[in-house]
Amino acid sequence: MTATQKFDTHSLAKYLRVERFPHIWCEGCGNGIILNCFVNALDDLGININELVVVSGIGCMGRVAGYIKCDSFHTTHGRPIALASGIKLANPKLTIAVISGDGDLFAIGGNHFIHAARRNVDMTVICSNNFNYGMTGGQFGPTTPLDSYTTTTPYGNIEHPFNLVHLAAAAGAVYVARWTVLHVKRLTESIKKALQKKGFKFIEVVSPCPEIYGRRNKLGKAVDTMKQYREISEIRHGYDPSKAKITSEKIIVGEFVDTEKPTYGELLQRQFIKVQERLTGG
Amino acid sequence: MAKKDRTVLTGVHFMNGDVACAEGAMAAGCRFFAGYPITPATEIAERMARRMIEFGGIFVQMEDELASMAAIIGASWAGAKSMTATSGPGFSLMQENIGLAVMTETPCVVVDIMRGAPSTGQPTEGAQQDVMQSKWGSHGDYEIIALAPASVQEMFDLTIECFNLAETYRAPTFLLADGFTGHLWERVVIPRPEEIKTVDRKKPSVPPDKYMPFKPDEDLVPPMACFGEGYYVHVTGLTHDMRGYPKTVDPKIQYELVQRLCGKIRKNADKIVRTYEFMLEDAEVAVVAYGIPSRASVSAVKRAREAGIRAGLLRLVTVWPFPEKQVEELSNRVKLMVVPEMNCGQVVREVERIAKETPVHFIPKIGGEPHTPSEIFEVIRRTAKA
Repeated sequence: MTATQKFDTHSLAKYLRVERFPHIWCEGCGNGIILNCFVNALDDLGININELVVVSGIGCMGRVAGYIKCDSFHTTHGRPIALASGIKLANPKLTIAVISGDGDLFAIGGNHFIHAARRNVDMTVICSNNFNYGMTGGQFGPTTPLDSYTTTTPYGNIEHPFNLVHLAAAAGAVYVARWTVLHVKRLTESIKKALQKKGFKFIEVVSPCPEIYGRRNKLGKAVDTMKQYREISEIRHGYDPSKAKITSEKIIVGEFVDTEKPTYGELLQRQFIKVQERLTGG
Repeated sequence: MAKKDRTVLTGVHFMNGDVACAEGAMAAGCRFFAGYPITPATEIAERMARRMIEFGGIFVQMEDELASMAAIIGASWAGAKSMTATSGPGFSLMQENIGLAVMTETPCVVVDIMRGAPSTGQPTEGAQQDVMQSKWGSHGDYEIIALAPASVQEMFDLTIECFNLAETYRAPTFLLADGFTGHLWERVVIPRPEEIKTVDRKKPSVPPDKYMPFKPDEDLVPPMACFGEGYYVHVTGLTHDMRGYPKTVDPKIQYELVQRLCGKIRKNADKIVRTYEFMLEDAEVAVVAYGIPSRASVSAVKRAREAGIRAGLLRLVTVWPFPEKQVEELSNRVKLMVVPEMNCGQVVREVERIAKETPVHFIPKIGGEPHTPSEIFEVIRRTAKA
């Protein structure tokens, strides 16, 4: 049996570029679980794949765009949201999912994130948060906890991390949720909800990086991290995102924001009609 | 009543270069503009903000030039002809995603209304200091197309040509104008829509299961399926095979891809390059100029003729790919060449490289004033005498 044949038999193979498997992610990495939840959500919703575009940036999670069988763009570092905005505005029929990592979306790409959220551009942003830059060998990033060890914080991290759900809510996202890769069912439901909802939606997924971040911080194997997620995560829907900082003692998960406001595309359409009326003397 | 075509403002107008550029873009079929305010290019965005919505085109002001360049790439893959406009500082920020547009063969137009530099420099003063940046600004080996307008009419005409070249060669194409031309007010004639030649990207002629997104035709340009058309295209800035999948450690794939990206411009240079000759038939002294200095050069050449010096002008409409054949042929039949530029020496290096034995006299001009005809005439007179 060839590798492709092996993957061909997967029940969700029709959503995957099976010829590109096995993927590049390390054993125990949470990215595969996120991909799995995403394609399960597509399948449950019966999404028209011809109208789906997956956009990613650079880093481990950035490779995800190349594994999903739909139109996909693996952009420059930090720019997936800006590029996705161009796709969505030029062709509003398309459903856009940006799937990328914490460094890509919140360090180099942080400005694009807050402005797309503020504009309420219609897209679903899924962030695999593994607390470091895995692809380049484990440097600290904008979500790395204080005192953690990485190759560029050899004496411990002295930078305060972002609380991503608070940031997303403050920037204006209409849907904000956080899960860990342990919460596969809830994450899948959350992705389904986000894909069906209009506006800028954000889902943070706390994800283990046992080979790099985990090893350096003595977090054990992936299964140990999963056990830890079970012990310390607490589901609190509607919780104040500003109080939902991730600590080694507690990870508050759930839906923090679920609201409505006109999207950029809707406001643009309203303005278009107004301008047309003016032009035709109406 | 027939609906008025608001994309092409047919008629005679008095407008500035930036506005003419915006009108040229819309006449060429531009339906997506993303930009960020910057002097002296802001009027392009302002015109787009007012006009695009009249016919359902998209104008979006992004958070910076990194995002603007990314957005026009995304829009192009969503099927829209797209453009951004900026000046030096913004052009520097765009270099990252200009490289992405080159690598992913994304048709799009980038307008750079050049101002005094480096850094923030002289926002309100025209210059030609970004010519080499437009060629080499992003990392790696690549070729691009850049056109240099010298009048407000050309701001309109050459913007259309930029779109047509971008669509033909699937490459980012630059309108490289100086701030003086951008802010100049002149008469512009906008033709009827049916008189304007527009080009659209090649589409695949095979079904999705047979389609290789980066497999070139004989002209080295692959047909382009856009998002939403059922082709499941994967686009990446990584080195990729013809299927579009990353192949980053295979020397052959990197070699063939980069050679083709360069080759599709280099090998089609004869079709791309446009120059304009003035009184060169019997010339002994040739002025080689582009953009606004070429206008003072016309006067300088006329004055030289009156003074009995057989001078002429080669105006480069295309700056990149560099008109090597035209400059080489000219260098073989004139005694000397004169190059006025609003910088400290950029295109003159290319002229010197190609002219070889023929002496080349450079006339730099920086500070915020274009060359006067006298400044160019004096160099012609002095060097012709010697």
